[in-house]
Amino acid sequence: MTEKAMSFSTAWKSFYAKAGLPRIVIGVFFIFLNIVSIVIGISFGSLMTDVIIRALMNMILVLAMVPGIRSGIGLNFGLPLGILCGLLGGVISIELDFTGAMGFLMAILIAIPFAIIVGIAYGWLLNRVKGSEMMVATYVGFSAVSLMSIGWMLLPLNAPEMAWPMGMGVRTTISLEGRFNHILNDFWRFPTGDMDLSFGGFEIPTGLILFVSFMLFVMWVINRSKMGIAMKTVGANPKFATASGLNVNFYRMFGTVLSTVFGAIGILVYAQSFGFLQLYLAPMFMGFAAVAGVLIGGANVRDANISHVIIGTFLFQGLLVIALPVANNIMTLGSLAEITRLVVSNGIILYALTQVTGGD
Amino acid sequence: METANFVLQMKGIGKEYYGTRVLENININLAPGEIHAVLGENGAGKSTLMNILFGMSVIHSTGGFEGEVLINGESANIKSPVEAMEAGIGMVHQEFMLIPEYTITENIKLNREITKPNIFSRLISNKLETLDRIEMNKDAKKALKTLDLNIEEWIKIAGLPVGYMQFVEIAREIDKSNLKVLVFDEPTAVLTESEASNLLDAMRTISSKGIAILFITHRLDEVMEVADNMTVLRDGKLVGVRKKEETSIDELAEMMVGRKINKVEKGTNTIDESVYKLELKNFSVDMPGEKIKGMDLKVRKGEIIGIGGLAGQGKIGVANGVAGLYPSKGEVLIDGTPLPLNNPKESINRRIAFVSEDRRAVGLLLDIGIDMNIAVTAMQNKGGFLKHYGIFSQQDTKAIKEHAEKMRKELDIRCTGVDQPTRRLSGGNQQKVCIARALTLEPEILFVSEPTRGIDVGAKKLVLDTLVKLNQEKGMTIVMTSSELGELRSVCDRIAIINEGKLEGILSPDDSDKDYGLMMAGNYSKKANSGGEVE
Repeated sequence: MTEKAMSFSTAWKSFYAKAGLPRIVIGVFFIFLNIVSIVIGISFGSLMTDVIIRALMNMILVLAMVPGIRSGIGLNFGLPLGILCGLLGGVISIELDFTGAMGFLMAILIAIPFAIIVGIAYGWLLNRVKGSEMMVATYVGFSAVSLMSIGWMLLPLNAPEMAWPMGMGVRTTISLEGRFNHILNDFWRFPTGDMDLSFGGFEIPTGLILFVSFMLFVMWVINRSKMGIAMKTVGANPKFATASGLNVNFYRMFGTVLSTVFGAIGILVYAQSFGFLQLYLAPMFMGFAAVAGVLIGGANVRDANISHVIIGTFLFQGLLVIALPVANNIMTLGSLAEITRLVVSNGIILYALTQVTGGD
Repeated sequence: METANFVLQMKGIGKEYYGTRVLENININLAPGEIHAVLGENGAGKSTLMNILFGMSVIHSTGGFEGEVLINGESANIKSPVEAMEAGIGMVHQEFMLIPEYTITENIKLNREITKPNIFSRLISNKLETLDRIEMNKDAKKALKTLDLNIEEWIKIAGLPVGYMQFVEIAREIDKSNLKVLVFDEPTAVLTESEASNLLDAMRTISSKGIAILFITHRLDEVMEVADNMTVLRDGKLVGVRKKEETSIDELAEMMVGRKINKVEKGTNTIDESVYKLELKNFSVDMPGEKIKGMDLKVRKGEIIGIGGLAGQGKIGVANGVAGLYPSKGEVLIDGTPLPLNNPKESINRRIAFVSEDRRAVGLLLDIGIDMNIAVTAMQNKGGFLKHYGIFSQQDTKAIKEHAEKMRKELDIRCTGVDQPTRRLSGGNQQKVCIARALTLEPEILFVSEPTRGIDVGAKKLVLDTLVKLNQEKGMTIVMTSSELGELRSVCDRIAIINEGKLEGILSPDDSDKDYGLMMAGNYSKKANSGGEVE
């Protein structure tokens, strides 16, 4: 082998070791889809805008995985708990007739206390099932969603856009039109529709970027704080943490509460971009997409950081955004993109769970 | 010597694991009906010898062994435990190998069931034959009767007292019709005194039926009571073979411990004779496998005190109890004031640091860098390595790195950089990281447990030298727990020996091997108090 080939091969090896097989495969697939989309003549600018918006609107839900993993409860499959709190905040904010930025802010402020209470209860439960948190969390998520389906039916809400025309309860999807639809997406959007700049339909959702960046920064600060480091220690080795005078259960609960609160905020960011609050069974599988996102980013059940969240969300959501029009163009099978999404997200979760090594 | 007179002979047995010699030229001869004790400290090679006898795969996968095993004078090539069983060698395990939900009969007859044909077995396969429970119960009864055990054979194992479980194991072995040699591996370790004496009676009964017994133990009084001959091993070598009539407990103790001390060059430390830095009063620790049951100990300020004893006797429990890691009772005084128990944070605040015997499970964050490993405990308990911004605090990355670099130089931690995850370090360097973390707490009392376990010779010396240095230069009081007596005797000022969860006595490093042997075996306090001042 020549010198050059040698150095290339070591560079490849170190890249391979750092990035890991799944990220390389998905990255290559992502680039491949991009090329195909250009070849078949899909507007690249608007496609990229979609990728950015889809990634950012999902990013806080993915970010909610980080404190769970770091505190040692593993992948928080119980994310629907946080999502339900967020939805409840949103619904109450509308019921109290807040609109615009105020509506969004109030939704978050109302959701957070719910999320803290639910997070404490959920953390208490997870502290009692150490070792099988992820399985328990999955079913806690499922049952909470089902239970809350009854809750949505019974809530005494009267706002005309939410209530059924007859009887009690709220509708399955609630439009945010006139409330906080696109409140972040449209804040300082650049370039705006009336500016005649041809970026091929490319737009920058400045407000969304700022808000998500702020949340990422908050998580970064938490991770570097004394409590964040204690949480990480507890997650990395509970016995070590105990010997270092840390209360393992407290920090696990702290991580769970953080994860739930971020889940609540995450769903509101998602909803303002999506334009609807989706109630009833919609939150059931949202946890899985978030889990897949953080895992694609390179996290595992023991370690996760902010960069995993950013990389993973862009790769995973970007893949799904681009796969849809490409698949529609190539094959007119309507469900192909959905099939791709399920194969990729469940496949990546499966891969990550096979990488779980026993505690030593 | 006529070979035919021996049921089992092990000739010139030797074994090397990856270049480390663990056994060398061991000879054991066993006549029918003889009770032969194999004595030795932990790590003397008893288990390896038994693994060879039973053809365990750990022996054959690491290159086999030297020497020859003869059964009834014929060379036996035992390659697996099943072949050992077929050759007539049985084993009573230290940890019971019984199925709790099965009855005594079912356990005794497991995989050797007596069966009778039925219609299905005739048509299809003899694996479908019916169990002949009447015959099985008869056999089980007979085996239990041999042991003078008054218990019904249809009772389930679950819920039986520990002592009875041991007897069921024995009954299973003696029920095997071809049994020639029965090995007892530390059989009395889990038994009460009366159960143990029953067991010794049973051993005599079995041997009177012509079955030879290999009795592995470290309890000298039991050996003297029941064994005909004894072989003493030390560091994988045969120290001697004695007949019961020709020896004494004292001699055996001395043979077991032997002289193996390399005195570490040490200057003088200043021990304040007037004050006790640490006092344990009626201190109990509920640590599984290493229980402490009410011990008293006084540690002077500025001394290095060693805690020794055999595995399972409780020496490991002392430090874990004081550090607050396992439930403990009693009283711990530091500088005369009581320490709240079961509270690791309080122990750290009272300036106690603990270097755990279980480096990888308790001592390290394996996937996190050396720097954070060293800093984290001090950060969480003393607020070090933090920058404060109003109510927020952030890690002081620079200070953490600088401190780690300083420790790396002081303790000679070999690594690619201070951010290297500790998982990739060698055992010795991992141990240095653990010590660095403890020192970062600036302790007044340092507990180190098994500081040299699993590390190479060079690193061992460095770790021990570091402890001595800390003691002399900073006046740190050090409590060092170790299974290696030689190591304790080389660095400690006094050595406390723990037996059965209690303080057996305190010795000076220069005391005789005999005293050490007697204390470790628990025969010291039973003898007349010969000057072993306990304080």
